[in-house]
Parts: sequence; structure tokens; C-alpha cells
Amino acid sequence: MNTCIFEKHYDIIIIGGGATGAGTARDCAMRGLSTLLVERYDFTTGATGRNHGLLHSGARYAVTDQESATECIDENMILRYIAKPYVEEHDGLFITLPEDDLAYQEKFVESCWKAGINAKIIDPKEAIQMEPSVNPTLIGAVQVPDGSIDPFRLTMANVLDAQLHGAQVLTYHEVTGFIIENGRVMGVYLRDNITGEKREARAEITINAAGIWGTLVARMAGVNVSMFPAKGSLLIFGHRVNNMVINRCRKPANADILVPGDAITVIGTTSDRVPIESVDDMHVTPEEVEVLLSEGAKLAPALATTRILRAYAGVRPLVASDNDPSGRSISRGIVCLDHETRDGLAGFITITGGKLMTYRMMAEVATDMACSKLGVQQKCQTATTPLPGSDKSTVEEPENHLYAFNARVGRHGTLAPSIAAMDDYQNSLVCECEEVSVGEVAHAIENMHVRTLTQLRRRVRLGMGTCQGELCALRAAGILCASCKKSIEEEMADLAEFLNERWKGMYPVGWGSTLSEAQLTSIIYQDLCGITSPSMKDRRQEP
Amino acid sequence: MATDLQLTNISEKDLEQCLKCSICTVYCPVSSVTPLYPGPKHAGPDGERYRIKDRRFYDEDALKMCLNCKRCEVACPHGVQIGDIIQTARIKYSRHPVGLRDFMLANTDLLGSVATKAAPIVNYMTKAAPVKSILHNVMGIEKNRTFPDYTSRTFESWYKKEAAAEQDKFEKQVSYFHGCYVNYNFPQLGKDLVKVMNAIGYGVKLLDKERCCGIALITNNMPNLARKQGKMNLKSMRHSVEQGRPIIATSSTCTFTMRNEYEHILHLDNEIAKNNLSLATRFICRLVEEGKVRMAFRKDFHMKVAYHTPCHMERLGWAVYSTNLIKKIPGVDFQMLESQCCGIGGTYGFKKENYNISQKIGENLFLQIREAQVDYVVTDCETCKWQLEMSVPIPVINPISLLAQALDVEETRKLNQL
Repeated sequence: MNTCIFEKHYDIIIIGGGATGAGTARDCAMRGLSTLLVERYDFTTGATGRNHGLLHSGARYAVTDQESATECIDENMILRYIAKPYVEEHDGLFITLPEDDLAYQEKFVESCWKAGINAKIIDPKEAIQMEPSVNPTLIGAVQVPDGSIDPFRLTMANVLDAQLHGAQVLTYHEVTGFIIENGRVMGVYLRDNITGEKREARAEITINAAGIWGTLVARMAGVNVSMFPAKGSLLIFGHRVNNMVINRCRKPANADILVPGDAITVIGTTSDRVPIESVDDMHVTPEEVEVLLSEGAKLAPALATTRILRAYAGVRPLVASDNDPSGRSISRGIVCLDHETRDGLAGFITITGGKLMTYRMMAEVATDMACSKLGVQQKCQTATTPLPGSDKSTVEEPENHLYAFNARVGRHGTLAPSIAAMDDYQNSLVCECEEVSVGEVAHAIENMHVRTLTQLRRRVRLGMGTCQGELCALRAAGILCASCKKSIEEEMADLAEFLNERWKGMYPVGWGSTLSEAQLTSIIYQDLCGITSPSMKDRRQEP
Repeated sequence: MATDLQLTNISEKDLEQCLKCSICTVYCPVSSVTPLYPGPKHAGPDGERYRIKDRRFYDEDALKMCLNCKRCEVACPHGVQIGDIIQTARIKYSRHPVGLRDFMLANTDLLGSVATKAAPIVNYMTKAAPVKSILHNVMGIEKNRTFPDYTSRTFESWYKKEAAAEQDKFEKQVSYFHGCYVNYNFPQLGKDLVKVMNAIGYGVKLLDKERCCGIALITNNMPNLARKQGKMNLKSMRHSVEQGRPIIATSSTCTFTMRNEYEHILHLDNEIAKNNLSLATRFICRLVEEGKVRMAFRKDFHMKVAYHTPCHMERLGWAVYSTNLIKKIPGVDFQMLESQCCGIGGTYGFKKENYNISQKIGENLFLQIREAQVDYVVTDCETCKWQLEMSVPIPVINPISLLAQALDVEETRKLNQL
């Protein structure tokens, strides 16, 4: 690792490689601050990578939480502009079923308008025409500007832009403690989670953007941030069942959002309090699968007979309002804590709460606070400057036809032409389900902090399709082994880990074609190639 | 339990039953000769997931390389209708208007009825070098191809004058779906069929109205016309069944189209065809094996033949009926060719952009035939016949014609107490 990273004194250290951390790094770097982002594992391993990928219109919160609703619609419009290739603008429906109270619709629409959300009541028949998969017994429908967003690529684009503006980024570096001198946080102690090496990095201000883990990070600095981990489980269906987001027009409840994204559809979520000790090891239970499926089928009946690819769960970083340790008044809004005024610990800020949708605003709030402490006058530009891949230029389809071209543009926007596609080898597909080419894999390895198959999956969707890595894992492993100069043993262990991770998500929905698929995968890799599970000592403690 | 809800996975053409095992791609004749075709798995179930998202993912150049042989569907261990997914995508997502060439190649009925009126001139013209050059350069019809000759007297007009009157004498009757090839190009096969059926005690009637089965319209993106013609055929079949006449055909592709494609691609209710339409060889073979009819053969008939399994015959799973029937002829020295695509794919191989692929696909089959040194190649598909005859100097005939040659008609009539 580049040692000069650790010799430098930064303006800002940001802890956490989720959307908020990456967004904050971008904001800080764009304002000219020297910035270091540290993440204990890979980017997007927490709640950022474990949600619906819903581009909220805010309508869901309109009735219960006007502030969140307004934040959502503002950020919704901003993201459509700054993150164009990572957003799908397909709108959403809030449907009323016979068992729901139609009177709620009026209150709902009124609240939406108050928050500035363009909600439009439409005829149920028209709703069926617009979205043929919707439950045909619906008695009411409202159209709202929902969409979907790819949190992996969004986060990566923020990281790339932060780096373009001079930020340093360290993945697999875990904060093990704080350097505190004279009541002031001066930096962090780090452990390299790959080599085990111990380092330290220093900065004027350290921002804790570690999501639910923020409570543990704060504890290391000796301050208390009360969080209430709320587990949410989701299911991924094998293809796009719906082309518009479908929500229930009632008070938010379990499994009432169905989001199409890329080539799949996601139903979610459940909501259960879990102990903070368990957040590194989330499993989806049979009861949750049952609720998601039976409630989901009320939104779109086809779900009852559609193949489920996998199940996953994330943990929301809900924060108890200050001075309320009981946690009764939990907010979904943004919480930015200045530990200097709150706890008498200077140089330390915690940014938490909020949602994926408001990651940019959270970053802005945290950066504003940091700037005022540093006496920096620069204004935030993240709302008006497009992310890499979203600039205004258009991507021309090349003359010689490549069947992965559209997928590539879908994933990388205007960065797509920088992906090598010169010859048959570079154009050949590694992942067939998601159309990931050799060139795209090479691009990710080179530019996006990729050393393992799981990281590759988060960057380019490799292994996220129907076969869940059955065909692509081996091919990608070969490329990784060669490009990253890894030993064969190391790559074999990576391969086994990747396949185990895929199986973890298939296991809760292991029936029908998904079970057959898993069986075929295990025959190929275990019986045919002789790959076995990594022994416990070799296994990295990564979620 | 959640699994109760999920007892069945239902997806369009069993798209989601695909386990990505890729065995379909192994059996795809196009994939085996060119890397430009992504293969049935990728063009079919993989691509469909993305086409559902956005029609921009429809890749016309790749998908039109599929020759609709359906061997992928035969290979699939999970019953995914891969070929149907690809054909349907072409119909659903293509925005290209149908060109003149494809229109002409596909409208076999229209072309046939015009061409037969001036058959000698048309036949001369289509073989003349300058015409071929124009067809090749202007229209995109491969110059190395030769169109089958048109007949000046269609099967239907022969039948009406020469055969129709006789048929009422038979107690048992069938309707014959002759297809465009028998009608406009090769009435002899129809005559052979009438001869064989009459010998085993069946009268042969025609359908009230017969239109081209529509396979070429389907593969050339004219589903509406295909549907119209399909409806008419199904109506005629219904009437025939009401009169107590099941329907038989001599073309495996026509039969396959009306039994499978009508339902899967055109979404027609074709129960009547599925229950009552059969290939003549299957119809006869079953009768013989059930002991309902008997056949006697000429003592002086000796022939060495090899059977080629057409792709759609493979998909129907019926090659066994044709081969069993051929093997019943005592004078036949029978050889089975390895089942593989000949490369013509109906109109596919006539298009100049496909010619090289088409010939490459058939190469191994041609080699097998040359090495077999037989008198005849026997097959149930007329377009396979054209391809093989254009590529190997050995005559190709339908099993019914072979049967007609070998049959001792008088003895057979006696055996069946006629």
C-alpha cells in the first residue's frame, strides 16, 4: 500500500464506504478539501447494497413525515440529473386494494402535493393498461414520480468523482480506534483487513458515515450515538415482472413496495428490530419470505408463480433523537451530530439516519458542518455537477455490432466508450446473464478497486443474473487471477467464497428452479472442479 | 408455507426454467459454425430478460441468424421453449419493414399460383445466369441457389380431374394437406400419397380451402398474414374432422407449424390440429403396427437408402414412424444418418447473407451422404430435399414416394380386402 497516504495530514477522514461516505468524500473533495475515505471491507457492503434500489418520490412518507417526503422529491429530481445512467425513470403507482380504505387516497394525494410531489389520481383501468402486472382488483391508483436507482453504481460513481477531485480511498481498512489528543479527534488507527497491518491516518476532522456501524464507531471515540438497528428483508425475482414501481396506498407496512430494476424485480421490505451485535450476520427467515411473498402477490399476482433468485437483508440505521435514549421518537430524517458541541469532543462529526435517497443531502450537511469548522467558504456543487458517466454527451452505438453494448452503456453511461472493445476477446462475454464482457471486467479491475469476485459483482453485476454465478464465476476468476497477479490458491479461495455468498442468498428461497440451479452450480464447482468451502481460518469475516 | 404459493413457476415460454446449462448452445447448428451468433441461450432466455426491460436490447442482427430449427428445444432438459422465445422476440421487437425479397420468399402461395401459370418460362428464367445475378445483387437471393421447378399443372387441378371421383368409393377417408411444394412444384408426391392411401383402403380428400401453413411468413416477420392463413386452415380442418376425416400431410415442416407454431408463436387455438393432424408416415405406420392395414411389396424392389431427420421432425419426435415404415420394405437396405441440420432453414439458406453459414452447417451431413453411397436419401422435408440435392449429387425423396415405388398395389389391395 502506498505509504505516503499515511504520512499526509488530511483535512477530512471519512469512515464508511456506503453511499453517504462516498457522497461525503465527493463533496469534500469538490470543495477542495484533502480527503481520505476509509472502508473496512468493500464499498456498498452495508445498507447501501441491501435495499430496494428505489428512487423514492417521497410519496411513501408524505402522510407521516412531510420533511422526509420533501427531501426525497428534491433529491429525486437531483439524482435524475446528476446520476442519469444509474437511474430508471419509470414512475410508480400507489394502488388501493378492496381491503384498503379508499379515503386514504385523498389524504395521500393532498400530502404529496403539499410536499411538492406530482401525484396524479388515475383510473384503475388506466393503471392496468400502464402496468399490466398490477393486481387487477385494485379500486384506486395514484401515479407518482418514483423510479429506481442502482446503489452500487451510484456509490462507485461518487467514489470515482471523489478520486478525480483528489480524494484518497482505502478499502479493507478498518478503524480500530481514534487518535484523541487534548479532547480532539486527530485521526484514526487503521487495520488493513487483508494483510493485518496496523497504520494510522491523521486529519483535522473525522466524519463517521458508517451507517448502523456508526454507533460502534462512535463508541470507540467514547461518545454515544443511540441507534436502533431495523432489519429489512427483500426478495429478488428472476425477471422484471413490473415496469413501474407498485406501492400500496396506505400507511407504510411490510412488503408493500415492488421495484423493477435492471432485469429483475425486488419486493420488500420487512421491518424488525435486531440487536446491534447481530448486524454483521443477517439471515432471511422463512417467516419473512412468507410475508414478502404473500403480501407481494397482492401488489402483482404474478409474484406467486415467478421464480425467486435470492433473498437478502439489510439494516437501517435508525437514530433515536438526542435526549431520548428510550428511542420512542425515531426519525427517518437526516441526523448530523457535531460531537464538539454535543459531547465536547472536537474534530468529530457523525452523519447518519436518512436514506439512500438522501445520501447526497446528508453528505452536503456533513460537509457544510466540516467546512464551517475549517473556515472553508466553498459552496456545495454536488447537486448541479453530474457524476462521472452522466455528462451531457451521447454515446454513439459503434458500427460493428456488439451484443453487450447496451448493457455496458446502461451500467457506465458516457464512460462506456472507455471500456476496451477492440477485438473478439475483449468483446466476449464473461457473465452471459448480465452481458458483462472481458473488457468491462478489465475496466472494473483497473479503475474500481476490484480484487475479488464479490467486488466485481458489485461493480458490474457479474453473477447477479439468473444463474447466480454458475457460468461466470470461473471465467471471471481466471481473469482476476491473471490481472491482479494473485496465486491460484488465493483465487480458488475467492471463488469458493463467492459461490458460498451466492448460495447464502439462494438458500432461503431454495426450491423450484432456484434449487435446481444451485444444485447444478454445486455439481459443476464442487463435484467437477473439486472446489470445496474455504476453511474457517481462511474465510474473511466479510458480510 | 411460502412454497405453497410457489408450487408452480409460470413464465412466458418457460423462460425461467432455464438453468443456463448451455446444452442448447452445444446443439445449435448456427453456433457451431459462427461466433457471431450468441447462441440460443443468450439470444433466447438471457436476452429476453433484458428485452422485457427495454426493447433497445433487441438485437436484430444476432437474432435473425437463428434458423428456427428448434434443435435447442429438443436439447433443453427443462422444456424451455427457446426457439419460440427467439421467434416471438423477432416478431415483437423488430421495427424493420419486411423487404421485397422476404415478402416474395415467404408468400409461397402467391408466388406459386402465379409461377405455375407460366411454369416453363419461369423455370428457364430462374436458372438463367443474368436473372440469378439480378436476384443476387438486387434482391439478395443467393446466386448459388436454384429455385425448385414449378409445375404447369398443380396438384389440385390434377386431383380434381384425375382422382377426386374415385375417392368416394372408399369407406374410410382422410383429408390431405398437400402444402405449397406438392401443389406448385412437385405433384408427384401427392400422387404417390393418393396411390398408397388408396391401396390400403383409404380415400383421399382435399380440405375445403388450403392455404400455405405460414412457416415462411412466421420466420420472415409477417405474423398477421400467417395468422389469417392459419385460421383458414384450422377452419377447414375442423370441417374435415366433423365429416369424420382426420388430416394427413407429407411435409414435416407444415405439420410441425400447424401443430406447434400456430399455438406458440401465433397464439391460435389449434386443438383441432394437435388432435387430428398427423404426418402420413405416422398415420400409416400406426395402422400397420396396430394390424389395421397390411402391405405387400414388389419382389423386384431393391434399394439402398439413408434417412435424414429434418429438424422439425426431430422436434415432433416422429422420425421413428418414417424410419419404421421404410424398414418394413423388404428390399430396402436402410441406413440412418446422424441427426443434424442440413442448413437450409426453409427460406433462410436462400438469402445471400446466410449462404455461407447454411452450407457450413450442412457440410458434415453432406459428407455422411457422400460416404453412404446410397440410391436415395429419404427425408420428410422438402426444403431439406432442395438443400441436399443442391449440395450432393444423390436424389432425395419423401418416404411416401419410396413406399409408392415399393408397394405391390394389387397385392396390398387384396390383403386389405378391397
